[in-house]
Amino acid sequence: MPAFIESHLLSWIIFLPVVGIALLLVAPRSLIRPVAMAVALLDFLLSVLMLRGFESTAALQFVESVNWVPQFGIRYALGVDGISLWLIMLTTFLGPVVILSTWESVTSRVREFHVFLLLLQAAMLGTFCAQDLVLFYVFWEAMLLPMALLIGIWGGARRLYAAVKFFLYTAAGSVLMLVGILYIYTKTNGSFALADFMRVSLTPGEQAWLFGAFALAFAIKVPLFPLHTWLPDAHVEAPTAGSVILAGVMLKMGTYGLLRFAIPLFPSAVEQFAPLMAGLAVAGIIYGALVAMVQRDMKKLVAYSSVSHLGFVVLGLFALTPESISGAVFVMLAHGLSTGMLFLLVGAIYERRHSRLIADFGGLAHGLPRYSIAFMIATLASVGLPGLAGFVGEFLVLLGSFKSGSLAHSHTFVALAATGVILGAVYMLWMVQRVFFGPCDKEENQKLTDLSLREVLVVVPLVVFIFWMGVYPKPWLSRMEPAVVKVIETHQARMAIQDAAVSPANDAVRFVENGEER
Amino acid sequence: MHEGSPAEFLRWIVLLPLIGFAINGLLNKRLPRAVSATVGVGSVAGAFVLSVMAFLKLRALPADERVLVDHLFSWIPVGELNIDAGLMVDPLSACMILLVTGVGSLIHLYSVGYMAKDEGFARFFAYLNLFVFAMLVLVLADSLPLLFVGWEGVGLCSYLLIGFWFQDLANSAAGKKAFVVNRVGDFGFLLGMFFIAEKLAGQVGDGNVLGFATMAAHPELLAPVATVAGLLLFLGATGKSAQIPLYVWLPDAMAGPTPVSALIHAATMVTAGVYMIARMNFLYVQTEVAMGVIAVVGLLTALVAATIALVQTDIKKVLAYSTVSQLGYMMLACGVGAFAVGIFHVLTHAFFKALLFLGAGSVIHAMHHEQDMRSMGGLRSVMPWTFRTMFVATLAIAGVFPFAGFFSKDEILYKAFLESPLLWVVGFAVAALTAFYMARLMVMTFFGENRADANTKSHLHESPLIMTAPLMVLAVLSVVGGWMGWPEFLGGSNWLHHWLEPVFAGVGAHGAEVVGHVAGATQGVATHAVDASHAADALHTGGHSVVTEWVLALASLSVALGSLWFGFTVYTRRQSVATQGQAFLGGAPHRLLSGKYFVDELYEYAIIRPIGWLSDNVLWRFVDAVIIDGLLVNGVARFLAMIGHVVRILQNGLVRWYAYSFAVGVFAMLIYLTRKGG
Repeated sequence: MPAFIESHLLSWIIFLPVVGIALLLVAPRSLIRPVAMAVALLDFLLSVLMLRGFESTAALQFVESVNWVPQFGIRYALGVDGISLWLIMLTTFLGPVVILSTWESVTSRVREFHVFLLLLQAAMLGTFCAQDLVLFYVFWEAMLLPMALLIGIWGGARRLYAAVKFFLYTAAGSVLMLVGILYIYTKTNGSFALADFMRVSLTPGEQAWLFGAFALAFAIKVPLFPLHTWLPDAHVEAPTAGSVILAGVMLKMGTYGLLRFAIPLFPSAVEQFAPLMAGLAVAGIIYGALVAMVQRDMKKLVAYSSVSHLGFVVLGLFALTPESISGAVFVMLAHGLSTGMLFLLVGAIYERRHSRLIADFGGLAHGLPRYSIAFMIATLASVGLPGLAGFVGEFLVLLGSFKSGSLAHSHTFVALAATGVILGAVYMLWMVQRVFFGPCDKEENQKLTDLSLREVLVVVPLVVFIFWMGVYPKPWLSRMEPAVVKVIETHQARMAIQDAAVSPANDAVRFVENGEER
Repeated sequence: MHEGSPAEFLRWIVLLPLIGFAINGLLNKRLPRAVSATVGVGSVAGAFVLSVMAFLKLRALPADERVLVDHLFSWIPVGELNIDAGLMVDPLSACMILLVTGVGSLIHLYSVGYMAKDEGFARFFAYLNLFVFAMLVLVLADSLPLLFVGWEGVGLCSYLLIGFWFQDLANSAAGKKAFVVNRVGDFGFLLGMFFIAEKLAGQVGDGNVLGFATMAAHPELLAPVATVAGLLLFLGATGKSAQIPLYVWLPDAMAGPTPVSALIHAATMVTAGVYMIARMNFLYVQTEVAMGVIAVVGLLTALVAATIALVQTDIKKVLAYSTVSQLGYMMLACGVGAFAVGIFHVLTHAFFKALLFLGAGSVIHAMHHEQDMRSMGGLRSVMPWTFRTMFVATLAIAGVFPFAGFFSKDEILYKAFLESPLLWVVGFAVAALTAFYMARLMVMTFFGENRADANTKSHLHESPLIMTAPLMVLAVLSVVGGWMGWPEFLGGSNWLHHWLEPVFAGVGAHGAEVVGHVAGATQGVATHAVDASHAADALHTGGHSVVTEWVLALASLSVALGSLWFGFTVYTRRQSVATQGQAFLGGAPHRLLSGKYFVDELYEYAIIRPIGWLSDNVLWRFVDAVIIDGLLVNGVARFLAMIGHVVRILQNGLVRWYAYSFAVGVFAMLIYLTRKGG
């Protein structure tokens, strides 16, 4: 690869979509889709180069750092580790998939639609790469507007309500995070760098408030129960592409933020609030599943299932074991594939039938075999069938959390969370039964056409990775593990320092304990 | 446990059926039926040949080195875990793969005839091959997580095959029920694994904490969690092996095509729970509590299911409850520490129950998919081979000497007697019920007048050779299959017992302890019995003479014969078949039994409906809509609006709020423009 790309690979990956936007603005109408598709594919190729150059160590790689606003010590600082690596791959992988999926369905304001898609992709990629808190915050906020517009312009009947709810809900959370960032900034030597933030020592009292501010912003995004009510509305009203990106990538912003910022920055608050966060996560697993079970709208059902799945992620993060955090990251990826695929498929049937109500369907398996098989695979991945991607993550989260030494009541949490395994099968298979099986007795359903070649091309890459990650997850796990271990070691080291400051006598004991435990 | 000799051909045992699945699954209707059938049957037959090779190779090794391993790849390596994907054949799994591929081949062959006219011919063989693949993964897995892959895989295939004729919603509902009920068990299975993993993580060198060899090598680490992990894993087994309280899915599973009932819901998948417990014997011998629960639950299941079977009128339902009952026997054996005997019954039961289901399928085939025995009768003359082979199976399941069921059932009852005579009494009663309901089934189906309508009557026929040939082979196995466990007191060598000995090496001590407990023998005998065969000898001689064995065996035999005779007499003499059960039992008990003790209704009204109502009316419509959205979200919004108001008054120039109003403004404009434009 050329040196000028290699030295700024992350910038290229982030800003290639922006270059694409410039092209889109001048491209003739007939070339809009091909241009957007080419840009997305090229971006994916660049990220594959990044993956190939990535070394399985805990070190930050492909680092770029230049002054941006020197007066305030704001830097344009980028870097990836084994955690953000895979989230970037997920984002660039879903990019072309989404564009191909909307090839025929979006007909109005095609140019703007693709501009917003690429803008969103750039912002999401930037969020995963940013190593400076202001840069992170800029990208974080930059995601909000294109997504709100995607919902508000190309959405369903109640799109305005959903878009505003989405916008205000998430914006409200980020305000507090900004205050938190500024507060810590006053304690650094005029730097917004994450590495400098990590060196600030905060009292347990400060940590508790700051953790609250950060965690609220991230928990809304996850969404963590009971902050989830924006999600079903946003999903139901969003166009298919919006739902896929929302479920596939944007929900992971919340869990990524918890892992990247909230957990390393506020170690004692993490210990203090871990039972609360785990409790809400487990509540979300069960609550999301129960509410999903009684939904009439397929999209809403899948949306509530996301609340349940993301609960597993949060539980894994706050159990703070290598297995549980690796599992949490793995669930993020697997959920991106399986739920993304479910939204694509629900969208595909909506385009044909103009309904998503479960009651309007029945017996589709007979007339739409390809569609049914694809839906079945996505369903099985979603319910965590071993051999598919969903299982590995959930298994690691549950096992890792179970043996967590730091999370109190971990056995109870895991036992409750594991009921999600039962409930997941109930709501998904019940939907499958009502949509696909039984007689195909409604006239409108008898004329539906099966997946087209284009739609098969959309779905097949997802299926490939759903199997690959389930059967042979080692390439994913081995690259993320050093970064995960580093999160935990950093946490323990900072706890030890803090304990030493509070009561020097316990210092040695604490170190020994930690050493033995890990 | 011996670390095992490498044998790379093991992977082909599981890969062949997987390839068969891929071919039939991908090409589906594009393939001619002959090709689909050849691929379907051939892949399983090929796996059978390889299984025989594995068995012979194993037998050539010295008894304590009988382990073949094929390490595939590192599956989940992270943190303190290093879960491998590896296959293992030891004497126990050798029995299981021979069973799965052998009986599996016969049932595949039979299916070629049974499904000949079905539209989904290739799809059927694809699913069936996938099932065999998953089942082989289950029994060949060298670790609990990989076993779990097969465990859930067979559950998936069961789901797909129960709902094979998916255009009838009842079938797919039954499939879903099976999957969900099994998931309840899997919940226990997962937690059981976690308890073990937590104890072993960081304590064992290679991190393969849930590998069978690793776990077996560290019984002392497992001791503290033996009871809780044992009970949780057993919860998993109650799902897969249809025990109380999770047996309710199996009778409904009869909605699937009959070869499926024979293969999955009688011969192989449902025995997975028994297999898993036998496989985990090193854990269970450390927990008297879990073993006691297994024995009691198994026995109760055997009893409850046998009573329900007495009054069922659907031929497959009788066999389904019979299967539940027989699985209860196997669990009883495991619960009293006689794992080898439990596996023995797994094998013999597979022969005669597969035969009974395939025979029932043959009858249903002839009767144009009529399954109600009240419409059958007199088929003996029309379907001689079906009748003869099923009669052999009836003698086998009833426990008539020297048919297969006699040996395994008798040994279970004997081992139960050693544990407690009370267990034996109930088990003995179940044996009487078994012979009775089988006699009823045979009479209602094959004797007396045919009660079908004229049209069906005119088309009655014996099934083609491709269906009757497997019946004959299974009939032979239903006789000689039991001889591999011909007991010593009858002059045999009990080959199977010795073959399985290396797997259950640690069990002897427990068995001896039980004997010591029951017979009041000295503690010395029990605790110093280190060597397994030594302990086995202790079982035979410790406090109980050969006379006891003779007495119990004769009692078993007489109850089998007596009950069969009684059943045949009662049912051949009565005219109105429909009212027989009722007249015999009286109104209320009959209603209770034909209502299956109303357990399904209990689950429906005590669990399923309340959860549904709660989720719909409380969680969704109240908590989500009223509390969170209505009170909290709107409340916070109002609060923020108020703050915004104050801020505006103060004019303190927070950039943040300007930025926000800017963003919202742009947003509002855009929306305004689009609405105008669109």
